[in-house]
Amino acid sequence: MTHSTPAGSRGEVVIRCEQVQRSYRMGDALVQAVRGIDLEIARGEFAAITGPSGCGKSTLLHLLGAIDAPSSGRVLVNGRDTAQLGDTEATDFRLRHIGFVFQRFYLMPTLSAQENVELPLAEAGMDRRARRARAAELLGYVGLGDRRDHRPTQLSGGEQQRVAIARALANRPALVLADEPTGELDAATGERLLELFGQLHRDGTTLVFVTHDTVVANRAQRVIRLLDGRVSSDTRHGSA
Amino acid sequence: MSMRATLAFATLRRNPARTVLAVLGIAVAAALLLDMVMLATGMRESFRSLLLTRGYQLRVSPKGTLPFDSEATIDGATAIVTALRANPDIRAVSPGLGATLALPGTRFPSVFSLGLESDVQGDYVLEGGRDLPPPSDTTASAAAPLPAVVNRAFLLRSGLQLGDTLTVASGVDAQLRTTARARVVVLTGEGRFFYVPAETPVMALPLRDLRTLLGSAYRDRMSVAMAESRRGDSASVEAVRRWIAQTQPRVTAISTETAIRQVEERLSYFRQLAFVLGAISLGIGFLLVATLVTLSVNERRGEIAVLRAIGTQKGGVLRQVFLEGFMLSGTGIAGGLLLGLVTARWLNGILRDFPGLPAAFDFFLWSPEAAWKSLLLLLVSGTLAGLLPAWRAASIPIVRSLREDAVG
Repeated sequence: MTHSTPAGSRGEVVIRCEQVQRSYRMGDALVQAVRGIDLEIARGEFAAITGPSGCGKSTLLHLLGAIDAPSSGRVLVNGRDTAQLGDTEATDFRLRHIGFVFQRFYLMPTLSAQENVELPLAEAGMDRRARRARAAELLGYVGLGDRRDHRPTQLSGGEQQRVAIARALANRPALVLADEPTGELDAATGERLLELFGQLHRDGTTLVFVTHDTVVANRAQRVIRLLDGRVSSDTRHGSA
Repeated sequence: MSMRATLAFATLRRNPARTVLAVLGIAVAAALLLDMVMLATGMRESFRSLLLTRGYQLRVSPKGTLPFDSEATIDGATAIVTALRANPDIRAVSPGLGATLALPGTRFPSVFSLGLESDVQGDYVLEGGRDLPPPSDTTASAAAPLPAVVNRAFLLRSGLQLGDTLTVASGVDAQLRTTARARVVVLTGEGRFFYVPAETPVMALPLRDLRTLLGSAYRDRMSVAMAESRRGDSASVEAVRRWIAQTQPRVTAISTETAIRQVEERLSYFRQLAFVLGAISLGIGFLLVATLVTLSVNERRGEIAVLRAIGTQKGGVLRQVFLEGFMLSGTGIAGGLLLGLVTARWLNGILRDFPGLPAAFDFFLWSPEAAWKSLLLLLVSGTLAGLLPAWRAASIPIVRSLREDAVG
């Protein structure tokens, strides 16, 4: 059973979208990927953005992650209007406040799991000893404590995505955004990964992931369905 | 190693074959550049050190000639040498007379001979046996064999050893098979002659005795005199040269610097060739690094976009790609230094075997300053070659690259 609940009533708002529109040119055509979305996501929420291909869900995720700016409207993350951030500020904002998990994992193939997790910590200026300890702690958290020195090619798809999750959590972000995190995994591995996302949620992480798979989407606490760049439904489950 | 360096190094390790080939290419370019620099500066410096071996900065030869450029000699040599020695600005004067002497009864018909004063001579260094007696030594009887210092080529070709005697003669009439004058000489010492090709047999005799042997026409002649200015700076040497030119109208005085300039003019095409080849090798190094790093960046657009997405600043991406170019160039140049030295040594050995070259002449001379400057230039060039791809990498549009990579 699902029910719709305004996010704002559930606690502090981490994400607020106000009439967000995003259009871009593709050849001669003007593509209107996002067409006026209003949305709030509260701290600690576990939300899935779903919808058919081309409905604008990845574009919306990029806007929420401050790697893209709206054509009009405002996206506020932790109260900051992301469109007002310059490139350096936006990059620093992403580093400290947002964790990304991608469908294709995007681990650095020549670095070990440990070094991949250390990357954002090094960018944040953490010293070598502290970042090694933090990376080891995170890899232990995602169940890869014994695979720290393995390179991505020596890990299964599920393990690689766990490393990517550990990397996303490195700087204790307020928000973790995942783009089709189970898209490249088989069903059983995807299921274990969703359990890990559930664990993250229970530990207080705010999670938003994009998926076109409604079964996967229903594992989230809240499902935001997009159609033609607009929110067509926004429903909540009782728990994740 | 910093995380940025680790990542740069790891990126290069990703395609080991490609990286090794690029490093080899840069190493070859660096070796070529180094060799060209060594060649361009080597001949000049080698010639300079050859001329200054014994500190003589001035050569005095018959008017209008270069030293040993012709068979012309200067008459009245004693007066000229005495005048030069009387000048307080001149530390030493070494007169020399060159002539060809016949060697009846030996394996070769004649030998180039130098009449020298052993206490001031600057033509050879004694490597074995006894040197020629100083001109002040007049104890030897007129009938005693003349002392002679010869080079290794002479000993090898004649089959003689130090202590052996042979007859030398002048005034040879080939048709009548007669000689005007002959003396027995004893080989007292072996020397390494600076200005005579190593393969050419040469014999040094006391100047006074060679003049006597050549006959009355040569009694007061010399082919060349070398003079050493008391002060070694260019201005002082030039002042002495001008003084000689003014006071000795029958001679031409040439300074080492002028001689080097003249040699440089004669060898300018060689230097131009070296410059062109050096510039080409610099260009090759630049293009190699630029191509490889651009290729690497294009292959990693998605990865770089992700780095930017997870919080790597543009400057961080720029530094990392820049570092890749630097690592490639640095490794290639280190290999190139070694390769360049080995090939220079090898080529020098081949070129030095050319007939007619002074024994002490080098084509490739290691000049640390010139070598480091050229390699530094290549390092800067190689590193700069990484700048454009680094800038392109840093400017990758994150969203578009992620989308393209996902589609690709």
